[in-house]
Amino acid sequence: MSQAQNRFIADHVIGLPRSGIRDFFELVAAMKDVISLGIGEPDFTTPWHIREAAIYALEKGRTHYTSNLGLIELRREISAYVGRNFGLDYNPHNEVLVTVGVSEAMDVALRAVLNPGDKVLYQDPCFVSYHPTVLLAHGVGVAIKTEASSGFTLKADEVKKSWEPGCKVLLINLPCNPTGGVAERDELEEIAKFAVEKDMLVISDEIYAEMTFEGEHVSIGTFPGMRERTIFLHGFSKGWAMTGWRLGYACAPAYLTEAMMKVHQYSMMCASIVAQDAGIEALRNGDDAVKKMRQAYQRRRDLVVRRFNEIGLPCHKPNATFYAFPNITSTGLDSPTFSKRLLEEERVAMVPGTAFGKFGEGFVRCSFATGYDQIVEACNRIERFVNNLK
Amino acid sequence: MNEVFKLLAEGERLNESQMAEILGLSVEEVEAQLAVLKEKELLLGWIPVLNPEKDDSLAVRAAIEVKITPERDGGFNRLAQRISRFDEVESCYLMSGGYDLLVVVKGSSLHKVASFVSERLSTIEGVLSTATHFMLRAYKEQGYLIEQPAEEKARLDVTP
Repeated sequence: MSQAQNRFIADHVIGLPRSGIRDFFELVAAMKDVISLGIGEPDFTTPWHIREAAIYALEKGRTHYTSNLGLIELRREISAYVGRNFGLDYNPHNEVLVTVGVSEAMDVALRAVLNPGDKVLYQDPCFVSYHPTVLLAHGVGVAIKTEASSGFTLKADEVKKSWEPGCKVLLINLPCNPTGGVAERDELEEIAKFAVEKDMLVISDEIYAEMTFEGEHVSIGTFPGMRERTIFLHGFSKGWAMTGWRLGYACAPAYLTEAMMKVHQYSMMCASIVAQDAGIEALRNGDDAVKKMRQAYQRRRDLVVRRFNEIGLPCHKPNATFYAFPNITSTGLDSPTFSKRLLEEERVAMVPGTAFGKFGEGFVRCSFATGYDQIVEACNRIERFVNNLK
Repeated sequence: MNEVFKLLAEGERLNESQMAEILGLSVEEVEAQLAVLKEKELLLGWIPVLNPEKDDSLAVRAAIEVKITPERDGGFNRLAQRISRFDEVESCYLMSGGYDLLVVVKGSSLHKVASFVSERLSTIEGVLSTATHFMLRAYKEQGYLIEQPAEEKARLDVTP
């Protein structure tokens, strides 16, 4: 872009980095016969009963705006679901905000709480939009390192080490895209204590909670002193395979929900009513479908983790999500080169770890949300690629 | 229950080498577990799912409601087992409700199914009545949708 054109673009947008995923996507899109382990969404189509509920909603003429907060029936279901599965207690009337995916929830949460220059602690590697969303809200990101040696779990010591004066918000994603990392209960409790001590607000994105294979999912908002300072984010994309519907929600004490609602009502008005009707059906009758998908992901995880380790790319076993995050340093290549050459030489797409933050170097993200036969073939190709490098 | 059984119960359609790959076993180990399942009659066998809309050998199928007289020893079992043994009978279930057995019968023509019912089934001692419902069209067979537009897989190649 020329200097002349740039005069119309906001400074903080000019400074915003292009997503590493987008570059990689363009590379993949130009090729044929690629097996993609680079897709950050379920390979399942939304369960039929949920789709059918949306068709019924359209037939009934449900095509209008909803309340800014979202349909009260949906908020009641969300409140009950979150109580049942996360041990969190939110009033459906003023503590639940339905959003257009968790991405919007994250955006309104950060815009509602950040003043220019406020610092946000966030784990790294993390979902691609975290740091840019902080920047768009005029905040400053401070990365917390998570490491392969501890299965990319979030450690209280690392949070404390990364903290600096001016950190107003702690932004966490557990279980984590791209690493599959979680946090042990005692570590999370320690992190909660630290958040109270430093008077930080915690924004907790728990979109992959339903994809927890082993152990319990623990919500940071359940620890003492946390309810008043936690914004809980969740949505339908992963657990219910509803990515394209764009439906998520934020739960928080009324004063925070009210602040987020102000941003949401002027920018988004409300989430699509058809998606909201589908969401009601998902929460009322979707448990079996979620369980079935989780079982399938677990099988595939066992398969890819075993294969990566056999191939000589050390890989921890993620307790949750449909991502494995193998270490590729033994190949002598950096992450972007590994991904690019694997794609060119063997037609397998895996996103370089660097797309998810500076601490992602040395790793690639493998999404195993794809069919067994594809996974088996992709692993064979990766094995051939790695052997040819030796 | 063995691992292969759990995998089969999840309903994925897999061959032995795929099962071996997924479970981290050798093909021989998978075969051994399958043999155990067959021996214990947990796994009855494999059949191809043919499309009844296209397969002429399955030209006619009927669901037959059969009322029978229960017997002092064994209730419905003896008669149900006897009926089940006919090659024409695809499946046979004891039902709750207005009749006793639901018998699915297949044949190459309407005439053959009709004569099976009138000459074989209804003449068995203890069979009180039959009601035959011919199947006109299949929309779903053993979990497979028939002649319905495939679902679009519109995922992008790479997403965050």
